[in-house]
Amino acid sequence: MGWAIALHGGAGDIPLSLPPERRQPREETLRRCLQIGVQALKSQKPPLDVVELVVRELENCPHFNAGRGSVLTTKGTVEMEASIMDGTKRCGAVSGLTTVVNPISLARLVMEKTPHIYLAFDGAEAFAKEQGVETTDSSYFITPQNIERLQQAKEANRVQIDYTQPLPQATEQETENANGDSQIGTVGCVAVDNHGNLASATSTGGLVNKMLGRIGDTPLIGAGTYANHLCAISATGKGEAIIRGSVARDVAALMEFKGLSLEEAAAYVVESVPRGNVGLVAVSASGEVAMPYNTTGMFRACATEDGYSEIAIWSSKHD
Amino acid sequence: MGGWAIAVHGGAGVDPNLPLHRQEDAKKLLTRCLDLGIHALRSNHSAIDVVELVVRELETDPLFNSGRGSALTEEGNVEMEASIMDGPKRRCGAVSGLTTVKNPVSLARLVMDKSPHSYLAFSGAEKFARQQGVEIVSNDYFITQENVGLLELAKEANSIWLDHRVPSETCSASVETPLQMNGLPISLYAPETVGCVVVDSEGRCAAATSTGGLINKKIGRIGDSPLIGSGTYACDVCGVSCTGEGEAIIRGTLAREVAAVMEYKGLGLQEAVNYVIEERLDEGKAGLIAVSSNGEVACGFNTTGMFRGCATEDGFMEVGIW
Repeated sequence: MGWAIALHGGAGDIPLSLPPERRQPREETLRRCLQIGVQALKSQKPPLDVVELVVRELENCPHFNAGRGSVLTTKGTVEMEASIMDGTKRCGAVSGLTTVVNPISLARLVMEKTPHIYLAFDGAEAFAKEQGVETTDSSYFITPQNIERLQQAKEANRVQIDYTQPLPQATEQETENANGDSQIGTVGCVAVDNHGNLASATSTGGLVNKMLGRIGDTPLIGAGTYANHLCAISATGKGEAIIRGSVARDVAALMEFKGLSLEEAAAYVVESVPRGNVGLVAVSASGEVAMPYNTTGMFRACATEDGYSEIAIWSSKHD
Repeated sequence: MGGWAIAVHGGAGVDPNLPLHRQEDAKKLLTRCLDLGIHALRSNHSAIDVVELVVRELETDPLFNSGRGSALTEEGNVEMEASIMDGPKRRCGAVSGLTTVKNPVSLARLVMDKSPHSYLAFSGAEKFARQQGVEIVSNDYFITQENVGLLELAKEANSIWLDHRVPSETCSASVETPLQMNGLPISLYAPETVGCVVVDSEGRCAAATSTGGLINKKIGRIGDSPLIGSGTYACDVCGVSCTGEGEAIIRGTLAREVAAVMEYKGLGLQEAVNYVIEERLDEGKAGLIAVSSNGEVACGFNTTGMFRGCATEDGFMEVGIW
């Protein structure tokens, strides 16, 4: 029993050759966000506040695909989405945001201030204005790297699903370098305090060159995000595979219905999704942490009350 | 292999004082839709084709809350949503925020079959509809006089904003009386959603759900119907379509839950349905229909009623409300 926290910045085909200038800012952000979360848990902040706080920080960081730094749709715009849930199964979700600086905080407001769970597109933007959350011009979210990334995706005539979709052989060589820099993904955070209160939050810009109006797994309760009295989960990877596998709920379902441990349940679910498609972070009510993935790597970090802490991208044999 | 089976629903949460002739109309439509599905199954159509066919029929008839006859948003227009899922490979498609697409379930099917994505919403979904050349109509087509009247009454009845699920001091015990759904008096409640689940004679399951959503809903509100795992789910084991208080269904990931307790707890279909209705809804009200790959059919609800019908290959057929 004790507090625990885990966060991620996306899972995918992250090349081992990722240059230091691409790798370090992300590792530093993970470290900083982990410290923020740990500090908040030590100050007895409720896990729901902690996951929101940490995901806001990750959204503000342009190196990850959420909030500022979101990847672009086929029209060169951003359409962001997010969801949040706590162990009492209260939840909120948003999709199709174009001006809201911190989508995760709007998801929390949907949970707390409306009778609904999920608001999207114009209705969500209107709600954001009603609630007075910080909004900004869309250009704030768009980074030069993402403009370039969209162009490359269009040239390759494909929808780049996060960065998990294997490149066609012909284009693999020419886009290798650029792809090395596209290793940014959905962000998420899960936390438990030393009373066993749990929460989960996930936020994303979606996938490069996505069709307008595309919704992925991130805002879907049970797919990208889930929490109940046993555990909290945030998933990342190929959205369509995660939706199909109801990945986040399934970790909890295996613990609940089959009596598996957090680690067993998380590993089982990740193995049941086709390779290269998914990663997740999870904490249990008793303070365990699991961070399995079946992709090349996952930007991730965790800490527990007993002093354990880890920041990693690939499996230990590669780091 | 137990043969084919089919179930349809037209929503849960029925006014106990619903006039008899309205009850008869609903039963007639459910029977007609069952017959349509049964005929298609006898002609060896696949489960996924049959659920789409039946839900199209339910959308096209103005009686229930989907397609034509959808409940109206706070602004008096319709925003429809739907999803469909094919058990064998768990392929799925979903749409939200449609305002001109005559048959939302068919657009969900096209998202599944013709796009790299699983879920398209609002103007992006409308644009995709035009690319695909599906039938488009004006928003007026969906709006019935009856729903215009219901919206007015709902607005007078203090709207969903004073709903019992909003944590605030305005909550009072009176809003939790049994004859409320989604914070509305049951007489004003338009049962959300239509759905169909099918297992064909090859044991393939499929599910589809379609809705206009909650009456007087906020623009942009997404309910459970388009959410895979909440309103709709199908896998190798079963197919499930849910209806009722959307937020309770989402929280309970209700449709996936039926499959999960079958897979992970080894429950039979009816046991799984009962368990989910009793244990997984907390205080919410909902109903669901389900089929298993070995040809069983089951339904369950904790509401005053659910418009529903089911049939199996061995000749069993039932249409009911209460």
